[in-house]
Amino acid sequence: MLENLPILSLITFIPLAGALMLALFAWWGKPEGREQLERNAPRAALVISIAVFILALIMTLDFDSAKAGFQFMEDTPWLGGGIEYRVGVDGISVLFVLLTAFLTPFCILASMTSVKKRMLEYMIAFLVLETLMIGVFVALDLILFYLFFEAVLIPMFIIIGVWGGKNRVYASYKFFLYTLLGSVLMLAAILWIYNYSGVQLGERTTDMRVLIEELNIPGGAQTWLWLAFFASFAVKMPMWPVHTWLPDAHVEAPTAGSVILAAILLKLGGYGFLRFSIPLFPEASLSLAPVIFWMSIIAIIYTSLVAYRQNDMKKLIAYSSIAHMGFVTMGIFTFNMQGIQGGIFQMLSHGIISGALFFCVGVIYDRMHTREIAFYGGLVSKMPVYAAFFLLFTMANVGLPGTSGFVGEILTMVGAYQVNPWIAFGAALGMILSAVYALHLYRAVIFGEVVNEKLDNILDVTRTEVFILGTLAFFTILLGVYPSLITDVTAASVDKLISDFNAAQIAAGVK
Amino acid sequence: MYQLIVFAPLLGAIIAGVAGTRFGSQILSATLSKIITTGLLFLSAILSWVVFMGVGFGDSPDQTIQLFRWMEVGDMKADWALKIDTLTAVMLVVVNSVSALVHLYSWGYMSDDKYQPRFFAYLSLFTFAMLMLVTSDNFIQLFFGWEGVGLASYLLIGYYYKKPSANAAAIKAFVTNRVGDVGLALGIMTIFLMFGSVNFDVVFAALEGGADTTLPFLGGEFNAIELIAFLLFIGAMGKSAQFVLHVWLPDAMEGPTPVSALIHAATMVTAGVFLVCRAHPIFELAPFTSGFITTVGAFTALFAASVALVQNDIKRVIAYSTCSQLGYMFFAAGVGAYNAAMFHLFTHAFFKALLFLCAGSVIHALHHEQDMRKMGGIWRKVPWTYGAMIIGTLAITGIGIPGSYTWGFAGFFSKDAIIEAAYSARGSSDAAIFAFWIGITAALMTSFYSWRLIFMTFHGKFRGDQHTLDHAHESPWNMRAPLVLLSLGAIFAGAIFHKYFMKDYGAFWHGALPGVAGDHHAAISNTLYAAAETTASDATYGKYESKGFIDWLLFRPVHGYPFWVLLLPLVASVTGFVIAYFMYIRGSVQAKIDHIRETGGSPLYNFLLNKWYIDELYDATVVRGTRKLGDLFWKVGDVRIIDGLGPNGVAKFASGAAKRVSKFQTGYLYHYAFVMLLGVAFLILVAFRGTTGG
Repeated sequence: MLENLPILSLITFIPLAGALMLALFAWWGKPEGREQLERNAPRAALVISIAVFILALIMTLDFDSAKAGFQFMEDTPWLGGGIEYRVGVDGISVLFVLLTAFLTPFCILASMTSVKKRMLEYMIAFLVLETLMIGVFVALDLILFYLFFEAVLIPMFIIIGVWGGKNRVYASYKFFLYTLLGSVLMLAAILWIYNYSGVQLGERTTDMRVLIEELNIPGGAQTWLWLAFFASFAVKMPMWPVHTWLPDAHVEAPTAGSVILAAILLKLGGYGFLRFSIPLFPEASLSLAPVIFWMSIIAIIYTSLVAYRQNDMKKLIAYSSIAHMGFVTMGIFTFNMQGIQGGIFQMLSHGIISGALFFCVGVIYDRMHTREIAFYGGLVSKMPVYAAFFLLFTMANVGLPGTSGFVGEILTMVGAYQVNPWIAFGAALGMILSAVYALHLYRAVIFGEVVNEKLDNILDVTRTEVFILGTLAFFTILLGVYPSLITDVTAASVDKLISDFNAAQIAAGVK
Repeated sequence: MYQLIVFAPLLGAIIAGVAGTRFGSQILSATLSKIITTGLLFLSAILSWVVFMGVGFGDSPDQTIQLFRWMEVGDMKADWALKIDTLTAVMLVVVNSVSALVHLYSWGYMSDDKYQPRFFAYLSLFTFAMLMLVTSDNFIQLFFGWEGVGLASYLLIGYYYKKPSANAAAIKAFVTNRVGDVGLALGIMTIFLMFGSVNFDVVFAALEGGADTTLPFLGGEFNAIELIAFLLFIGAMGKSAQFVLHVWLPDAMEGPTPVSALIHAATMVTAGVFLVCRAHPIFELAPFTSGFITTVGAFTALFAASVALVQNDIKRVIAYSTCSQLGYMFFAAGVGAYNAAMFHLFTHAFFKALLFLCAGSVIHALHHEQDMRKMGGIWRKVPWTYGAMIIGTLAITGIGIPGSYTWGFAGFFSKDAIIEAAYSARGSSDAAIFAFWIGITAALMTSFYSWRLIFMTFHGKFRGDQHTLDHAHESPWNMRAPLVLLSLGAIFAGAIFHKYFMKDYGAFWHGALPGVAGDHHAAISNTLYAAAETTASDATYGKYESKGFIDWLLFRPVHGYPFWVLLLPLVASVTGFVIAYFMYIRGSVQAKIDHIRETGGSPLYNFLLNKWYIDELYDATVVRGTRKLGDLFWKVGDVRIIDGLGPNGVAKFASGAAKRVSKFQTGYLYHYAFVMLLGVAFLILVAFRGTTGG
């Protein structure tokens, strides 16, 4: 049914088209109609994002998870010279598209009440952001990927910079500096690959399918290219020690911005490793895996400890995100089924859980306009339903079995244990520390007496908030109890990734 | 039916938790939540007894019901399943019976509480998690139940969420358990690495093949089976509060007393013992770890009993007592007497839940007073509670007629079975004889602190204020009924079930616990009871010839043991009673309290009162270390080094930080877009050169 429909392009560009439409209304509309437009913009954006979600859902249901290759391919001439518009999804990327399309409507919904100024522009920025995020996951051309990958940060900057908190400038500056370094190096590496494809294959191309299947980059070059890509992905992840931009960015971002940042943008690095680093540079990936492992373990333990000492709710959760991303990088570079599938699962699950946690912070931030942990305390007396949701997501963050957080953690650790028990042991220490900081936060905010009299009249969650948190709670538990919903989709592609990887090692004489 | 047993409590938890506050008025909500959760729990309990009878004594087959797939990633497969064998059936009975009675008891105990639906939801949720733990057919589902009970325990310890001490205790429990859980998780990973499966049956069947494999782990090389056993036991130490990881259990008494009875006495804390018994094929092949278990168990039995000697909080005495009794179960398991461990688990569940509920009844009667120094002489006011507590104490102190196997309270049979097992294993394990003597010593202490509790609480003069005494009252029927039922268990559970757990174990356990002749540990159990039948001709002790009355009394073989082995626990128990009697009945309690207040108490007294200063030690090292390290990484690592050399350093480097930052303020976005565009333009240029030139 979808054969003749450019469904991926539709999913990718409908939000952009919607954004343009809103912009044009604003441009041509009379100044008197501005107020009405401000009011209707979120509704329009919501409708658009829901439509995108429905399309993404149809696409995912139509996706044949038994096949390992790319599906829904579109290959259209674009720049020429082997650089074309190529999009497609496989088992690794399809669910990220769905996750993005799934979370965006919730972000828009949450923003309807929490955003107080320039609603129209906010919605435009958000829709553009959605296009770019989905674009990253569907692009199968190096240049196209690079465009989406870097451009996605522009609307994020704008969202933080315009609707953000007090220190947004510093946060953006930090983010910018790190990203810039990574981008330049990655671009240089892409160029090199492009040229080298001409040397080895006779014709230059940036077609990922061709590059993955046919290009054989010599070992020494692999290392440099791997490091160049790594510079970019590690910043996005973010991995220790290039992580310090994230807490600042989170603190300054508005709620929906934080949700997207944690849920989707942090996954770009992990996705990049899977899509590019491992297939293109298998030998370098193997030889540099120990570096990744140790960085992951340091990230897990170090950032968990730092998280424990934070006074700001968002900072605490941001540091916790870094620790959880440590599980992802650890899992991906085990090159076995449990590790990689676990890494992907952890990314998707963290997308839901961290998104939900930032929504939770947003709920009380909207009411009290502070994220300071010490300000709160005893909320369970005033907001029992909220406390219940927050508990569930806290436990999911801690990796309690039965929630999706557990599945990702245990799988990545099982994967890592097969490579090196030390690594699994380090990650397991993170299990203890996550309980320390998460329960510390929960206790300080939710339990105890209500000491602060400003909290006397705080109201429990609204219907919209129940809807958002309830849906996320449902999926947190569903995926925790029946993770096959994800692992069945990713299995074939991950299997192929691993067998290609192993074949490359054999060819290179490593194994 | 099995599904109903396990999922009825979950249903109750969901109804009470989600809908519990919406039945209209507060009273109606509380009442409906109570009726629904308790009703479902009684249903589960009754069905559990049916299953127990069917599996243990009837001809119901052992079976595993696959519910649905949980994880399937590569070779790693784990299903949601219900495995039913005798071991599970015993646990079903223990968990559901105690839980149902605790639900009922809570009607009275929690009647003044504002949030009853929440309380009952937590209780039922706990029960569900515990049931998932005991019915698991693989290690991953076991881990689900394992952490699930941890969650419920966390919620219930912190039930009085306004109390800072309750919150701290809840976190302490969860985190300490997590330390153990890490061991369990690593054990499961090792199992998967070794056997490519996490399914009990698959793993146990493959064990023999892995017996000689060594694995690298944290810088050493270890025998794979020993490593697995050791890691699993770390998990058991956390959940069952064994020494080093015991610190959370006494603090867990911050929770409402029915919770202490259910979770921190009868069920959850025995999960570690269950784990060792469930995975006994692994432990049987791990003699070093088994010795370690024996040592840790014995030491905990002694350590916890020594602390219990001097505590003044009625619940803390019982909490340390629990810790100590769990030590007994572990050293039984360590010497291979898994059936003795399970038997003690079974009887202990009744009498310890009874003791806790009695303590709760006292606390309820005295307006939440828990300090025994402010009690005394109230037995007339609470005769039912007093009677039940006496029964519980007789059970825990192991009163019975040595050698009879017919007359005795529940604890008499199971504790003696453990001590005898330790004695039997003295030849094969160095730890065993250590455990035997410690078992005797701890029995003396157990008797002392148990009677001390009775005497300080019920006898002598009342030491609290008159108002409290005037209002002291016996508990309502819904609290007394569980006491009566549990009393029956504390009296008869040993006498009735001794035969099946210990003697006819082949017919009862159906292989769920070792009973097959030939394997090392079963051999111990076999000598225990096979020998019992052929007393005089026992080869181990030679032909017995009496050399006078004393000799006859002490060395005459009875059931395969010299009689002193059977007699000694009772002697210890009676000695403990006598000492307690002279100190607290003949001596004045008030004088002792005053004396300690004036002199500050002896160093030994303070050492015991402060629980060997282990909490202080942890606080000074682990807790403070974690905080310091967190601050160090944050303020030095992140802020000073990474940011200082990174973004801030760059900004400073580039001619005046302030100016630089302000420039970014206006232009950072455009810079970014500009750099990107530049890159793309350059690339396109190269691309076109490529097409035309190449």
